[in-house]
Amino acid sequence: MDDATIDQLLIIGGVLGGLLLVAPGLIWLERRMLALWQDRYGPNRAGPFGLLVVLADTLKLFFKEDWTPPFADRFVFTIAPGIVVITVLMSFIVVPFAPGVIVSDLNIGLLFFLANSSLGAYSIILGGWASNNKYSLLGSMRGAAQMISYEVFMGLAMMGVVLLAGSFSMHTIVEAQKDMWFVIPQFLGFVIFFIAGIAETHRLPFDIPEAESELIAGFHSEYSGMKFGIFFVGEYLGIILISSVTVALYFGGWLGPDFMPPLVWFILKTFAFICFFILLRASLPRPRYDQLMEYGWKILLPLTLLNLMVTAGIVLLNKGI
Amino acid sequence: MISIVRSLWLVFLHMFHKRETVQYPEQKNKLTTRWRGRIVLTRDPDMGERCVGCYLCAAACPVDCISLQATEDETGRRYPEFFRINFSRCIFCGYCEEACPTYAIQLIPDFEMGEYNRQNLVYEKKELLIDGPGKYPGYNYYKVAGLAIGGKGKGQAQNEAPPVDIKSLIP
Repeated sequence: MDDATIDQLLIIGGVLGGLLLVAPGLIWLERRMLALWQDRYGPNRAGPFGLLVVLADTLKLFFKEDWTPPFADRFVFTIAPGIVVITVLMSFIVVPFAPGVIVSDLNIGLLFFLANSSLGAYSIILGGWASNNKYSLLGSMRGAAQMISYEVFMGLAMMGVVLLAGSFSMHTIVEAQKDMWFVIPQFLGFVIFFIAGIAETHRLPFDIPEAESELIAGFHSEYSGMKFGIFFVGEYLGIILISSVTVALYFGGWLGPDFMPPLVWFILKTFAFICFFILLRASLPRPRYDQLMEYGWKILLPLTLLNLMVTAGIVLLNKGI
Repeated sequence: MISIVRSLWLVFLHMFHKRETVQYPEQKNKLTTRWRGRIVLTRDPDMGERCVGCYLCAAACPVDCISLQATEDETGRRYPEFFRINFSRCIFCGYCEEACPTYAIQLIPDFEMGEYNRQNLVYEKKELLIDGPGKYPGYNYYKVAGLAIGGKGKGQAQNEAPPVDIKSLIP
């Protein structure tokens, strides 16, 4: 094997290992941050700062009974949790962590990301369908409708960035932000992208497929043990994915003053967005299902189209001159 | 829209507020003196047992967790031969303390009674009896009661007039 191959393998291993290590760590982070915003301490007993609670949670999930209900479609029921993790991990292929630290710089990177995050909807649909339970099915129907409709303006919101950078490759997009982060010319696009991202990861306040107060746990109410754990890991990986893609598209990715290495800049910015995700959970109530759809189609879609048109017009104008 | 941003900001500010949590084993809440916790048997100021074995506490107990056997010493002073409280049943209602005529049984502000073995929650007299008067310092039942016991005859109690000679006609 030559050096390039070894480097590539190292990057793949690093990204995979890092993500799978960080995703359960987010359980701890989320509980601590939520506690911080609710005037509590959160888990602080097991190990330093309560960090070992991650280990305890994981062990607990492993030792729980892994039960498949007799009325469930066993095969689909088993593979459904895997799909969400696989698709999210696939999306990370195109995320540029630092110059050179990217699994594969596809020239259609953004499309690849969009494709994979849409495939993630299958996990919810199949999980709820295979559970053969009306609440699960309701959750998965809502999830499917939510993810598919928000996918539309997620993609359209990104197109503004693509117009400005002139490329679908994430690496090129980050490079194009050398002079100005895209959050400034594309602020509206950023806000819409982020809202769609929250809906995409079905995190609070858009956790309508789960909605524990009305649908018990929605699509994963029949899941237990590590199968439930995998859904959970998938959700946290989704948070990391949306945060890091937001950073790469709108906040200059790894770009930052020289006193810290690019990778550290990227991680810091992503961390800030992860914390913002948690802040959203701590402060906002869940909208009703029809409100969510109405908000999406009647407000966000026209705004996105307007944003896209204005951006395209300005780019054309600049080209013409 | 503004209200969403505002609530985000307000929740964010909670980061800098004081925590509500009490870090219990390290940081303890102050319990009031009337707190109903662990039950003790107290002694009078002369270090004699206050309990006279009247069974009123056992009768008042709604969960029947108190059991005792009264007996007498050679001077006629009553005391419990054994006194047993099953704390795995006790509901800490404090009725025994209210029923006690001699201030012997008292509930004190202590609740840290966790045990790994349930049998260890059955407290015998030697675990219950403390070397002090508890909440009522200076009270000694036999010093104020009209009962004659060894070392104290009729009429010798505090505030007690000497007994009237019912056979005499002289006023």
